[in-house]
Amino acid sequence: MSSALQILAPDGSVVGELPGLSDAELRELFVHMLQIRCMDGRMLKLQRAGRIGFVGTATGLEATLVGAAAPLRQDDWLWSGLREGGAAVMRGLPLAEYVAQMYCNANDTAKGRQMCNHFQHKGTNYPSWSSVIGTQITHGVGAAFASMRRGEDTVHAIHFGDGATSSNGFHSGLNFAGVWKVPAVFVCTDNGWAISVASSAQTAAKSFAAKAPAYGFPGVEVDGNDVLACQSAMADAIERARRGEGPTMLVLKTYRMLGHSSSDDPTKYRADEEVEAWAKRDPIARFERYLIERGVVSEGERADLETQLLVKIDAVIHEQEAAPPMALKTLVEDVYAEVPYHLRREYNDFIAVAEKLGHAQPGDGAFPL
Amino acid sequence: MANLTLIQAVNDGLRTVMKADDSVVVFGEDVGPKGGVFLATEGLTADFGESRCFDTPLSEDGIIGTAIGMAMNGLRPVAEIQFQDFIFPAFDQIVSEAAKLRYRSGGQYTAPMVIRTPYGGGIRGGLYHSQSGEAYFAHTAGLKVVIPSTPHDAKGLLIASIQDPDPVLFMEPKALYRSVKGEVPEGEYTVDLSTLRTVRQGGDVTIYCYGAMVPVVERAAAQAAEQRGIDCLVVDLRTLMPLDEEGVLEAAKQTGRVVVVHEAPRFCGYGAEISALIAEHCIEYMEAPVRRVTGFDTPFPNTLEHHYLPDDRRVLDAIESVYDF
Repeated sequence: MSSALQILAPDGSVVGELPGLSDAELRELFVHMLQIRCMDGRMLKLQRAGRIGFVGTATGLEATLVGAAAPLRQDDWLWSGLREGGAAVMRGLPLAEYVAQMYCNANDTAKGRQMCNHFQHKGTNYPSWSSVIGTQITHGVGAAFASMRRGEDTVHAIHFGDGATSSNGFHSGLNFAGVWKVPAVFVCTDNGWAISVASSAQTAAKSFAAKAPAYGFPGVEVDGNDVLACQSAMADAIERARRGEGPTMLVLKTYRMLGHSSSDDPTKYRADEEVEAWAKRDPIARFERYLIERGVVSEGERADLETQLLVKIDAVIHEQEAAPPMALKTLVEDVYAEVPYHLRREYNDFIAVAEKLGHAQPGDGAFPL
Repeated sequence: MANLTLIQAVNDGLRTVMKADDSVVVFGEDVGPKGGVFLATEGLTADFGESRCFDTPLSEDGIIGTAIGMAMNGLRPVAEIQFQDFIFPAFDQIVSEAAKLRYRSGGQYTAPMVIRTPYGGGIRGGLYHSQSGEAYFAHTAGLKVVIPSTPHDAKGLLIASIQDPDPVLFMEPKALYRSVKGEVPEGEYTVDLSTLRTVRQGGDVTIYCYGAMVPVVERAAAQAAEQRGIDCLVVDLRTLMPLDEEGVLEAAKQTGRVVVVHEAPRFCGYGAEISALIAEHCIEYMEAPVRRVTGFDTPFPNTLEHHYLPDDRRVLDAIESVYDF
């Protein structure tokens, strides 16, 4: 980690060049980090209570999400993987939509079609993503190409994890990005583990960042538990892309404190000592120590902030518990722009049986053929 | 009207949309200054510039993945996969991403794009320059699969595909690129995606086919008329997904005797779907079992490709067998 960019040491002391953020901006970053951890906690509780099916947490990764999202403009794009939902909320995904997606209910903008923890938000250019690893990398590059071709200065932040560096999409995406010199920043969050496979088992290269120069652009290692380092490195990479100087890859070195998901037991494949060592580097505690020292937050204020966040989150959860049932016609809608003949017929055959069995709701009736 | 080959009609179609719509970009391997290995994109870089028609690095996964991103962000990509045999590195992007994007996002994100790719045998290309992969893609909800068989349809279907709001796999029968010629209207026109074409009217036997098999079936139908007085109704499906199901069933009912012809392997091939549709919806009209004339359930051969591919004699035999049943 010695070569990784660091601004705050784990004890919160300043060891690098501070970005020019105001006290209010710093405080906002802190609140967003807390919000991610509070959301994780609540979602895990809901999962254990059987209210939602699956959670992929970002606990331990808060600095990467908040730091890398902070310098993005509202019209920039954030191409995500599993754990960037908190960054989407920070950029404007309404909490209600976040929770509706976790419930996969009728309020979900994806109409309940994706499993839990697959967020999207058109309003802030946070596209829908699939569970297939690395496929969003080339999408981000193509979209960045489109922005560039229109002469816009929009930047595309393309997130993925350490495991994705082994995927086809990583190679294709970085290769095309280098050749086309697109305005993109590749944000590789190296959280130590791809489910149960250690990041050290993904490559024989010296580091993930070392791969970027092979594609013709810089790779930068960053202490991913240092929100200011993440913010600063991202701001530089974004400005470089905006100036038309091409892509950068950031490797944010951090640690996934919990399992891959609510379905995973990490004690089967990693040592408690490793987890404990990383707990001492907690990104929120580190930033809090700095902010207290700077006088931006006070001792003990974190608990109050968390209480406020949880009240807000719980109110939204309460609302989403009462969502209406899913319209059955959504089974065949949005496959194509228009529902084609064969799908209308498949649906009509189905709904005739559903009506007989009493499973249909008013309004679920047949399509005209 | 101009008298064009099928590949000239493809080129004309690309030019027509590129002129009309600045957001249309054409790219792939060797499609730039060279104009593509079959010359489908000949002259496009010279006439529209490198920002409209360009070469990419040699990665089908990269071509299709970036095309999806372009489509999600306002461009109308027309990506070429040099041979359909090379499409499989991009299978994941086509099947998991392009095809499912509209559905999984509840209609918030879409990928209006066209993947043009030459398919099929008859050029001595062996296993990896000859396959007909339509069944893999027609099986995938969210994709449209289009196969023209005439210059007129090649241009009209291609323009319709590029203007379509959904991703379209546009499969070009490479065996017909230069072997068929026909009248092609100048300027913009479209052929509806999901309407079959009646190639030949007849009341005795219905034959379904598409792409490079259409001229083969036409020859067999002519021989059936000449030698046996059998009148065949020949149907060119043109769009395999979504299929003109009403048209297919109507054509089956007209004769009660059905042959399906494709060069792809038989097992789970497109002919199975046609047979099943007929069995489910109009078996009471049938006077004979459905016969399929197809490629073998083997990899595509090289030296013996003319035996692998259905020819007019095999099709004629099937026509006679359902007629005489």
